[in-house]
Amino acid sequence: MIIELGHFALILAFVVAIVQMTVPMIGAWKRWPGWMAAAEPAATTQFLFLAFAFAALTYGFVTSDFSLRLVILNSHTDKPMLYKVTGVWGNHEGSMLLWCVILALFGAMAAWFGGNLRPTLRARVLAVQGSVGVAFLAFLIFTSNPFLRVPVPPFDGQDLNPLLQDPGLAFHPPFLYLGYVGLSMSFSFAIAALIEGRVDAAWGRWVRPWTLAAWLFLTVGIALGSWWAYYELGWGGFWFWDPVENASFMPWLIAAALLHSAIVVEKREALKSWTILLAILAFGFSLIGAFIVRSGVLTSVHAFANDPERGVYLLAITGVFMGGALTLFAARAAAMESKGVFALLSRESALIANNVLLSVACFVVFIGTVWPLVAEMLWDRKLSVGPPFFDAAFTPFMVALAAILPMGALMPWKRARMGRVMAPLWGVLALSIAVGALVWVMQTGGRMLAPIGAVLAAWLVMGTAVELWTRAGRGEFSSKIRRLTRLPRADWGKAVAHSGFGITVFGVAALTAWTVEDIRVAREGETFQVSGYDVTLVRVEEVQGPNYISTMATIDIDRDGRDIAYLQPEKRVYPVAAMPTTEAAIANGVFRDLYVVIGDPQDNGGWSVRTFIKPFANWIWAGCIIMALGGVLSLTDRRYRVAAGAAKARRPRAVPAE
Amino acid sequence: MRRLALILCLLAGPLWAVEPGEILDDPALEERARDLSKGLRCMVCRNESIDESNADLARDLRLLVRERLVAGDTDDEVIDFVTDRYGEYVLLRPTLTGSNLILWAAGPVLLLLAGGVAAVYLRRRASAVPEGGDLSEDEKRRLDEIMRS
Repeated sequence: MIIELGHFALILAFVVAIVQMTVPMIGAWKRWPGWMAAAEPAATTQFLFLAFAFAALTYGFVTSDFSLRLVILNSHTDKPMLYKVTGVWGNHEGSMLLWCVILALFGAMAAWFGGNLRPTLRARVLAVQGSVGVAFLAFLIFTSNPFLRVPVPPFDGQDLNPLLQDPGLAFHPPFLYLGYVGLSMSFSFAIAALIEGRVDAAWGRWVRPWTLAAWLFLTVGIALGSWWAYYELGWGGFWFWDPVENASFMPWLIAAALLHSAIVVEKREALKSWTILLAILAFGFSLIGAFIVRSGVLTSVHAFANDPERGVYLLAITGVFMGGALTLFAARAAAMESKGVFALLSRESALIANNVLLSVACFVVFIGTVWPLVAEMLWDRKLSVGPPFFDAAFTPFMVALAAILPMGALMPWKRARMGRVMAPLWGVLALSIAVGALVWVMQTGGRMLAPIGAVLAAWLVMGTAVELWTRAGRGEFSSKIRRLTRLPRADWGKAVAHSGFGITVFGVAALTAWTVEDIRVAREGETFQVSGYDVTLVRVEEVQGPNYISTMATIDIDRDGRDIAYLQPEKRVYPVAAMPTTEAAIANGVFRDLYVVIGDPQDNGGWSVRTFIKPFANWIWAGCIIMALGGVLSLTDRRYRVAAGAAKARRPRAVPAE
Repeated sequence: MRRLALILCLLAGPLWAVEPGEILDDPALEERARDLSKGLRCMVCRNESIDESNADLARDLRLLVRERLVAGDTDDEVIDFVTDRYGEYVLLRPTLTGSNLILWAAGPVLLLLAGGVAAVYLRRRASAVPEGGDLSEDEKRRLDEIMRS
């Protein structure tokens, strides 16, 4: 019964979304306040219906209702409760429903907090958001309905893909979707502004928090996915330039660019049409990402629905929204003239450089991702584009970005002087180069990767610290500290996010350059040495898990007679899904991870054991979390809270007529 | 060579990436083998190099690479040997030939283009005359009314 109610709620949400798409749009066009006001309750209702539908599906999974096709395919009674719940979005249909719920949630939030927007703008934003909802709900209901029943329910399900039965991956999709779908908000604002033909500072102030929220969720989502790959896939890689990873990375890059260009719109009323274009493209890449993941056009490690029909539908959604938006942009962009005047060297120009680098980097990722497809279609060349291409073609952009960041961050608006900007930075530059030289000496020559990473990281982190210190002004130490504590949260957020970027850069460089790997056959009780660590394979035993059988090794790691770690890597077989997984055991540390994997028994006795020493691995994800924290700090800035407060204060009033 | 053949016969069943038995005795040669395997695609996998893959085919390729290295091939000769048999698809790093030049040039060319557009825009902004304000005609009239009253 609950399932049927959920199904019904889903269809009702679709109907409400159609109303939300049309009525406010006509209202805004004809200036009918009543019609415009329909947007707000429609957005709220759509969200409530979808939330109910999602709850109903979750109920189906939790109670293991095997009359539901989706539950049969993705669940099992023996599965731990956590994975019964996360199984809801561990598949195509359920994740699409989650996508729609989040889409509606963002729409509803724009309705709840958008009280101080111009009524026409708000009506149009919600209508555009509604139209995206209509497209995806139609996709969900007509091609991938999660509520389909089977006539003869089986006794048990087929279990969730064991790779997905993992805490890191369980929460990876919701964060990613919050990011992907969050960008729909910027898109809706961009389209509404194009229809209105007006973009001003207030628009920038509205778009920025939504983009920031989407970006920080994407950051967390991508970090979770990369962390999962690191410990689950068994060889400690953290990024594979897989089409699906790229699908999440491209919107992230564009969102990062949008975040920065929206500042220019907000503070200086320049770069308006470019910002609009970025907002359209950011969501466009989210749509392309959905298409890549769900169509199976580009084969990848974790594409989960390889269904051409769905692919065509998603491609049509992408085509219609992007085609429509870009046509509208071409027609209206000329109306968005910039107002601010600024010199060749200014914070504006630094932010433009940031935008150029981020968007060209995104384009490089994009062309690399689709190139195998293009080459096969146009020239009949079957080829691959893998990590070596991306490493070579993408990394220079990030190096350039990191190199100009501290200078750009210190530049004043309108006009900057290089001497002034560099004055506090010369010391930092010298120190960073010294750090790089030290690293180079310590690793006794070899690849330049780690020293360059160290220089950039030191430059970013110390440059950011110096920037904060100069913002504190002149005077005594105590008064500077006092002023620092009173800096707006947005400034702190900026500094925190920028240093997080530096930390990630260093983690990536150090891990790539310095990983030590040892692969060997070891017998139980045998001790061997890996770069200074004594590794002992104590024993290997069979262990029965809740829904798997595990071969668990116990490995003891000592250094100079001191106990360092006691690790239990596993090899699991999930009988229902008939799939093996590796569970690496990792001793996390600030400066290095000890990473061990147990392999297969060998014919002549003994087990194959891999031991990795991965220096500074955690810095990669720590940096991502710090970046996301910077985003959170910036979101809690006073002016946004004031805006939200104002919205609440004004809500009880009727919607004013224009 | 004989050792490799022996290993081939001995090892069967499911495998994980590089196995202990595959490793060559000469560390320099082994390092070259690892570097080469990182650039070769496992043909039956989804976007994995043969260095990372567990598939049997990847293992065969890894052994083939090592066999060629032991036989005294240079890195380029090994790559040529593999591409002759498996085609361009096996290379994770696309070659710098024919239409692939577009792929490799796309980033730098776009960067130059974007840089050029940005420079023109900046120049125009730098010499632009600040406008009288950003109010529409209606808003100016209303402002005047407010100021007068």
